[in-house]
Amino acid sequence: MTTPLESAEPAVQAAGPADERPTSRGTLQYALSKAGGALFSIAMVLVGTFFVFRLLPGDPVRNLAQGRNMTPDQLDLERRRLGLDKPLIDQFLNFVGDTLRLDLGTSYEYKRPVIDLIGERIGPTLLLTGTGLVIAVSLGIWQGTRAGWRHGSRFDRVSTGVSLLLWSVPTFWLGLLLMMVFGVGIGPIPSLFPFRGIESVDAPDGFGYVLDVASHMVLPCLTLVAVVYAQYLMVMRSSLLEEVSQDYVTVARAKGLRDDEVRRRHAVPNALLPTVTLVFMRIGFVVGGAVTVEYIYTWPGLGQLFYRAIEVPDFTLMQGTFMLITVSVIVMNTLADVVYHLLDPRVRSA
Amino acid sequence: MTSVAMARRRLALSRFWAEFRHHRAGVAGLVILLAAVLLALVAPLFIDESVTNVVEAPGEKWDGPSLSFPFGTDESGRSILLMIWWGSRTSLLIGFLAAVLSIVIGLVVGVAAGHFRGWTNGVLMRVTDWFLVLPSLVTALVLAAILGGSTFTVIMAIAVTSWPSTARLIRAQTLAVEARPYIERSKALGAGHWHITTRHVLPNVAPLLLASTTLEVASAIVTESTLAFLGVTSNKTSWGTMLRASYDFGAADQGAWWYILIPGLAILVVVMAFTLVGRALEAVLNPRLRRAA
Repeated sequence: MTTPLESAEPAVQAAGPADERPTSRGTLQYALSKAGGALFSIAMVLVGTFFVFRLLPGDPVRNLAQGRNMTPDQLDLERRRLGLDKPLIDQFLNFVGDTLRLDLGTSYEYKRPVIDLIGERIGPTLLLTGTGLVIAVSLGIWQGTRAGWRHGSRFDRVSTGVSLLLWSVPTFWLGLLLMMVFGVGIGPIPSLFPFRGIESVDAPDGFGYVLDVASHMVLPCLTLVAVVYAQYLMVMRSSLLEEVSQDYVTVARAKGLRDDEVRRRHAVPNALLPTVTLVFMRIGFVVGGAVTVEYIYTWPGLGQLFYRAIEVPDFTLMQGTFMLITVSVIVMNTLADVVYHLLDPRVRSA
Repeated sequence: MTSVAMARRRLALSRFWAEFRHHRAGVAGLVILLAAVLLALVAPLFIDESVTNVVEAPGEKWDGPSLSFPFGTDESGRSILLMIWWGSRTSLLIGFLAAVLSIVIGLVVGVAAGHFRGWTNGVLMRVTDWFLVLPSLVTALVLAAILGGSTFTVIMAIAVTSWPSTARLIRAQTLAVEARPYIERSKALGAGHWHITTRHVLPNVAPLLLASTTLEVASAIVTESTLAFLGVTSNKTSWGTMLRASYDFGAADQGAWWYILIPGLAILVVVMAFTLVGRALEAVLNPRLRRAA
């Protein structure tokens, strides 16, 4: 796994002017070593996936055929078609080659290539999690800043309490509650928002369609935001608390800057750093949330596809979606490390 | 252990308790937690498996809260109160065992990495970091789906995906402990790896372990209920499977709010209790937090 690293080393050396600016060279090297680590992790995911999915109790062909009646000849044919008659090492190499060519096999449930299914489902998921993340991050940072700056105030106590509560709430239960109250409607509350799927059957075209999708997105998005924003709030709050007692904040105040200028121009930019990394670091958590939220609201995304794969169970589909989710989480985490390195001079000089 | 050491430990314990008592939220959490565990333990004295029996259901289906059914009934007329009570055994058992297993893995890996340093540390931390980035719920779902959702495999799936943060914490603590002079003295007197890790490192990381185990139980209970809700566990009644049934049978459409609200509240209360106790323990044990508070 060191190959990409080694081959890139001379390029770093040859980049003459970069040598004079040790920081940028350091960053490049750092980024490359992180990328090497990520490639190693991804390779481990491939190895892990291959072996875990072959731990399946029983005969894989029978599992895949799901109890349909098949003659021994048919089973044999199927086994040969899947390459299961070859030695394990050949199977592994085939698996790696196919995966690298993005050939993730054919889903038994949908009778279509897994990669096509993923392609169809990725849009809705990105829309939902993307919107949810943007709202959760802005809300978390805003409230965290307010809570941390006025440490011990009523706002601080209330928002910390609420986020502790949300932290303990299982995502799926919150989804069920919101669906019951605002989707189905309860008592005097009418049905306010649609809660099944991404669009209505009779959805209008053009701008009307956008509104239709947006209204379908309200409840799933709200669920996702509620469980995710709490942790951004807590991190923003505690990292702001650390900054408040620093000398430079005292200096800024002594200069006679107004309170919110000290906060906006001095304390918040520094406190933002750990929060930014956390946004990326907790992507895995958001993905997990997306699986349950998409299941509850039958949102036609990757999470729901993954859920279907588990429910059936459709092992090819499960394997494909699992690898995709895991690899994207690893990539995100690596990006977070590199971005943090770029943003924070203290880490760079260390 | 000599009586001097015993007396010292007893003193430390009483000091610890005196400190803990000041955290009102922590004490409240502890009371709830003990009550929940006690109730789960004595449940077989009052009720048995039959409360989850669909055929002998005592009430009408979708009955709202009443005197005979304080939390209403479900889709086949079973009492939700009794099912919550009976189901608490599964939820708490899996939560505890998964947390303990996860902590044990984290402890062994963390102490080994911190104690042996060198390449052991390198390899172990590499593995830990790899597990740390894996999306834990997704991985646990895959494991439970592949290995079949028996109680044992669900415990395994939760533990395998949740140990890395403990390992990192314990490793850091081990490094800090082993930097102290008395470890050097101990080595000079001929102490081996086993003696140092079990007699010196372990007692020093034990309080920290207590705090993280408590927090770990909370998240294990949430994970178990999520796995059960998504249907990868066996159909043994737990709070998660109850919520799954409420979703499958359309409790929201039936207006059966109690069926959705109550099992979730049960999870929430227990998880909150564990979280409060865990945070109070952390606050007592971590001098940095203590000063801040």
